[in-house]
Amino acid sequence: MTSLLRIDRLSKLYGTSRLGGGLVPALRQVSFDIDGGEVVTLIGESGSGKTTLGRIILRLTSASSGQVSFDGQDISAYSGPRLREYYRHVQGVFQDPFSSYNPIYRADRVFELVRASYFGQLPRPRWQDKIEAALHAVALNPGDVLGRYPHQLSGGQQQRLLIARALLLDVKLLIADEIISMLDASTRVDILNLLISLKRSGLAILFITHDLSLGHYVSDRTVILRRGAVVEMGDTVEVFGHPRHPYTRNLLTAVPELHKKWRRPDAGTAADPGGGAAADPPPAASSVARRRRWPARTAQHDGALEPPPLVPVGPGHLAAESEP
Amino acid sequence: MSVRVEHLSIAYRTRSGDVCPVDDVSFSVADGEIMGLAGESGSGKSTLGTSLIYLDARMRCLGGMVELDGQRLPIADSRAMRPYRMTEVSLIPQYAMSALNPTRKVRQLIADLLRSHGVRDREVMAELKRRIALVGLGQDVLDRYSFELSGGMRQRVTLLISTLLDPSLLIADEVTSALDVSTQRAVGEMMMEFRDRGISKSMIVITHDLSILAQVADSILVMYAGRLAERASTGTIIEAPLHPYTQLLLASLPEVGVRYDQTTLTGIPGRPPSLANPPEGCRFRARCPFAFDRCATTPPFEEVAPGHFVACWKAAA
Repeated sequence: MTSLLRIDRLSKLYGTSRLGGGLVPALRQVSFDIDGGEVVTLIGESGSGKTTLGRIILRLTSASSGQVSFDGQDISAYSGPRLREYYRHVQGVFQDPFSSYNPIYRADRVFELVRASYFGQLPRPRWQDKIEAALHAVALNPGDVLGRYPHQLSGGQQQRLLIARALLLDVKLLIADEIISMLDASTRVDILNLLISLKRSGLAILFITHDLSLGHYVSDRTVILRRGAVVEMGDTVEVFGHPRHPYTRNLLTAVPELHKKWRRPDAGTAADPGGGAAADPPPAASSVARRRRWPARTAQHDGALEPPPLVPVGPGHLAAESEP
Repeated sequence: MSVRVEHLSIAYRTRSGDVCPVDDVSFSVADGEIMGLAGESGSGKSTLGTSLIYLDARMRCLGGMVELDGQRLPIADSRAMRPYRMTEVSLIPQYAMSALNPTRKVRQLIADLLRSHGVRDREVMAELKRRIALVGLGQDVLDRYSFELSGGMRQRVTLLISTLLDPSLLIADEVTSALDVSTQRAVGEMMMEFRDRGISKSMIVITHDLSILAQVADSILVMYAGRLAERASTGTIIEAPLHPYTQLLLASLPEVGVRYDQTTLTGIPGRPPSLANPPEGCRFRARCPFAFDRCATTPPFEEVAPGHFVACWKAAA
């Protein structure tokens, strides 16, 4: 069986505005698959290329090389009716819900736009039923949201409404780019649980986040992106339980946890229950931040784009050799 | 006692009347203490934090007093507050990008600020250079524009600028929220470092993220809809919270190691009440699973154990 979405050696180069030009790689030969009904978390820090990847899948940006195929078909050549058909199956929801709405129209106008593009023929009562079913699926009460303006809705309601909009279509893959990082902790979990229930009903989700605990909670598989290249990927339990790449381990030690303090350099006597992570040098945190910028390269240096190869390190678990 | 706030109420003027996001708030922060201030959006935590340094045109102090090192702060009088800003009370704003003027190099920004406080930059330059190294930035940062810096670097630059004149009280408003985990950790550790070195005596760290506070704060104050809900040492808040709101807030946090197929986390149903027309009694009542008749009257914010304050009839009983 072919995967629902296949990403094959995808690269993206951005031109820099600096004098002298140059190209900065945002993605370096990224490959992975998403199967139907699967939640894949894409974890990366800012500048890792995670958003670019989501945008390429949604055809909002073009790739420099490599291929994205959906249901076995290359999506890059789609245009007109075929692209519209593609959007029937693949939809995105983004970080800032408020900027997805036009503040001078009522929020449910986003539904009308879908109707205009896809369901022009559908009689009004059947369309209303469809909206109510979609709102019901995201646990919104139609009376609470229909006819309201965006500013009258909470962030969680706005985000749900956008997910409901995607559900109106025959969506098979949802690209969720940092959709809960702007929400309060108390509403975050509800959106996560909603994603899980949608997954159970067969929806595949690419969950893009920088938050490791959220990613771990929702996903079946995890892909860790660093400077545009995959450094580690595999089964979520495996990747978080037995991280192999030093970068992944560093990220995990930096996660603030409620019941475990960060190890501080001067607190050397404190016991560390972290097991494997204890062998790592203490906070390389700031050095991670400092190294993040990838030097601008010219197109001729294409060889330098080649990321270190991924090797199997466990059941369904790949990791790259570490880069300097 | 370094900071003492008593019965402070702050209101915003709106066309439909006063909205009061800080309603009769009292607490104190000791010397060398980092106090976390937590709550959902709209809880009033940022208003409380900024009111200690600057009341903008929409804000009005309805009453109460703020004392810093035994001296009363004239928070209601913006002009009288001027000599205290930066030198006694300082704020690291939420959006470092908008806090730094993009048309000035960092060096010029700092010089402007110092001049407006009557300090010659030569006097602090040596110390500034030492601190730049302390936070892990290169000296060349002084000759950069803010847009040439990454988010983490900007946040560090604002931290440096805010603490340059060794304020007695430093208020950090959501400084880690927009950062990646590794940068978050670096900034969190820097704040602890600045406290340990006595650069800033006490700090109020405002965030909605309790797991960051578990790392950096000595004590945590939880706010809900403009009122104080609970205050205790960080250990007590995390391990033995008494207010149902604190308990639910903690239960809604996923930790690494928790997955949907083993544990289903729960959010808090409903949303905070509108502050334009707040409900009578306990403001968390409508969302609280333990609410009973008595919650229709406002519970007092009482000390139930040494250093542990809570505003809940159930918890205090």
